[in-house]
Amino acid sequence: MSDAPGVGRGAVTPLRVVIGLCLVAPFVAMLWVGSYAKTDPVFIGIPFFYWYQMLWVLISTALTMTAYKLWHLDQRGRAAASRDASAASAASSGALGTPASSDAPANPKGGAAE
Amino acid sequence: MKDGVNGVALGVFIFFFVAVTAIGFLAARWRKAENEHSLDEWGLGGRSFGTWITWFLLGGDLYTAYTFVAVPAAIYAAGASGFFAVPYTILVYPLVFTFLPRLWSVSHRHGYVTTSDFVRGRFGSKGLSLAVAVTGILATMPYIALQLVGIQAVLDVMGVGGGENTNWFVKDLPLLIAFGVLAAYTYSSGLRAPALIAFVKDALIYIVIAVAIIYIPIKLGGFDDIFASAGEKFAKAGAGGVVPAAGGQWTYATLALGSALALFMYPHSITATLSSRSREVIRRNTTILPLYSLMLGLLALLGFMAIADGISVKNGQLAIPQLFENMFPDWFAGVAFAAIGIGALVPAAIMSIAAANLFTRNIYKDFIKPDATPKEETRVSKIVSLLVKVGALVFVLTMDKTVAINFQLLGGIWILQTFPALVGGLFTRWFHRWALLGGWAVGMVYGTVAAYGVASPTQKHFGGSSDDIPGIGEIGYIGLTAFVLNVVVTVVLTFVLRAAKAPEGIDETAADDYTADAGDPGVEQELPAATAGTTH
Repeated sequence: MSDAPGVGRGAVTPLRVVIGLCLVAPFVAMLWVGSYAKTDPVFIGIPFFYWYQMLWVLISTALTMTAYKLWHLDQRGRAAASRDASAASAASSGALGTPASSDAPANPKGGAAE
Repeated sequence: MKDGVNGVALGVFIFFFVAVTAIGFLAARWRKAENEHSLDEWGLGGRSFGTWITWFLLGGDLYTAYTFVAVPAAIYAAGASGFFAVPYTILVYPLVFTFLPRLWSVSHRHGYVTTSDFVRGRFGSKGLSLAVAVTGILATMPYIALQLVGIQAVLDVMGVGGGENTNWFVKDLPLLIAFGVLAAYTYSSGLRAPALIAFVKDALIYIVIAVAIIYIPIKLGGFDDIFASAGEKFAKAGAGGVVPAAGGQWTYATLALGSALALFMYPHSITATLSSRSREVIRRNTTILPLYSLMLGLLALLGFMAIADGISVKNGQLAIPQLFENMFPDWFAGVAFAAIGIGALVPAAIMSIAAANLFTRNIYKDFIKPDATPKEETRVSKIVSLLVKVGALVFVLTMDKTVAINFQLLGGIWILQTFPALVGGLFTRWFHRWALLGGWAVGMVYGTVAAYGVASPTQKHFGGSSDDIPGIGEIGYIGLTAFVLNVVVTVVLTFVLRAAKAPEGIDETAADDYTADAGDPGVEQELPAATAGTTH
């Protein structure tokens, strides 16, 4: 695969580090059972142990969504870079943000062949 | 338990059941494609499902009737330790976010229908692929049987299913009818049937949970009282508790992690995943599926409410249906029972399809009839889906329920052992195929032996899924220990086999197969979104 300089496959960028952290955080929080195996503070009668984990359902959802958005951003950056590199001028605008836009960036080789 | 048949509840239950049956048969005509005699059509719904259908399908598939009955039942019996289902389902989604899109892509490029298809293509090893297929089928069968146990629990509480002295045929007749109907529409409609029924199932479940979580605590005097009486019960019993004891924290964490790793190794999870129409649908779903986890958490709390209501049943699985019957007016109890009953049908259908696909693709086609046409494949798959269900039925009717539960427990341990081959294979070709096979074998044997050795107050063997973790001195999930062992063996053997220059097999996949999306060369165009009669 001909990677664009800088943002190629496997390169560690700050963006990708953040994506990784978003995905790892729930594991740290949930597997560290000692941090939440207690009764207080109680919330509307529900012990901490239960409402804290339920809260983490929401937090992890938000984190996964963030990772999803950032991943899109990352793919777009890579697509732009690879377009510059190959001087291909495929239209990039309108469809951005819709699902269809992710296929081209994910596969620069296929794009160049068209 | 009240005596006699609860007529109103039964009437509502039958109403929903008939409605769902009609939907199941009509589903065959939904989004029908030209080439209906292919496994892609029957077994994967034409690989055409969008975000919302996939969401309902996966939700209907992963959160089964057994889950609805068993998770609160575990809380009812032991308290906090049963709540591990929540962190488990929290961890699943960030995890699958990383590998499921890759599996989708490579499967679309190469027309893979099962995980074993992928393993064979990636490692060029029919043996490894067979191991994965057999593990999948073995793990799925008892799971289907447990769906029946879920329906049985509901029928029992409604008063059908007869007393001790009715003959077995009358007693099991309702279950036989339910399964006969399920088998018929799965046969004719394939994956489209559960996909449509899942809408009904989830709508019912969400309504029931929303009502239950507000209405029942009010009737029982609030969560303070509920947790206080639960605390009393556990203190008196000298076992369990509202918060896990220090000794139980490793168990809690390893169960959550091990189960999360295992969930998407199950064939039925993968079937639902591969039926989606694009890579995006998968990623987007990992961000919206956690809604179900919230529901599961609320549902789990019902276990405490059953304690506070003073329900005393020997079979913990009846606790929640009994709570509904005690708390709700009859008609709404009927809705709740219908939710659980239909909740059993959706996964049972998908599981039987998934097991049938595995058999057809990775045993029948690979070993018995290599030149089978797509039409033949579909026919074999349809028949096997029937056999699988009959097998599950026989299982439940002839053997003690604990046998099905034991096997399901083992199934979870076993299926986790396919993780290195599947997920490892999605990211690297470094592992040697024979090493993966060796690791799998070691994990399977260790897991089975260790689970066999666990005794509980009521059972001499298979008394639980946790045991000492060798070398750490804590109690942990056997499946996870076996998995670690599996990985260690795989890595060591890979070094050895590579040094010995053992043949590696042919990899038919290429690097960019793993990132391809719908519309790319070699991947089928995204189908036009929905034809007549669909919502999305």
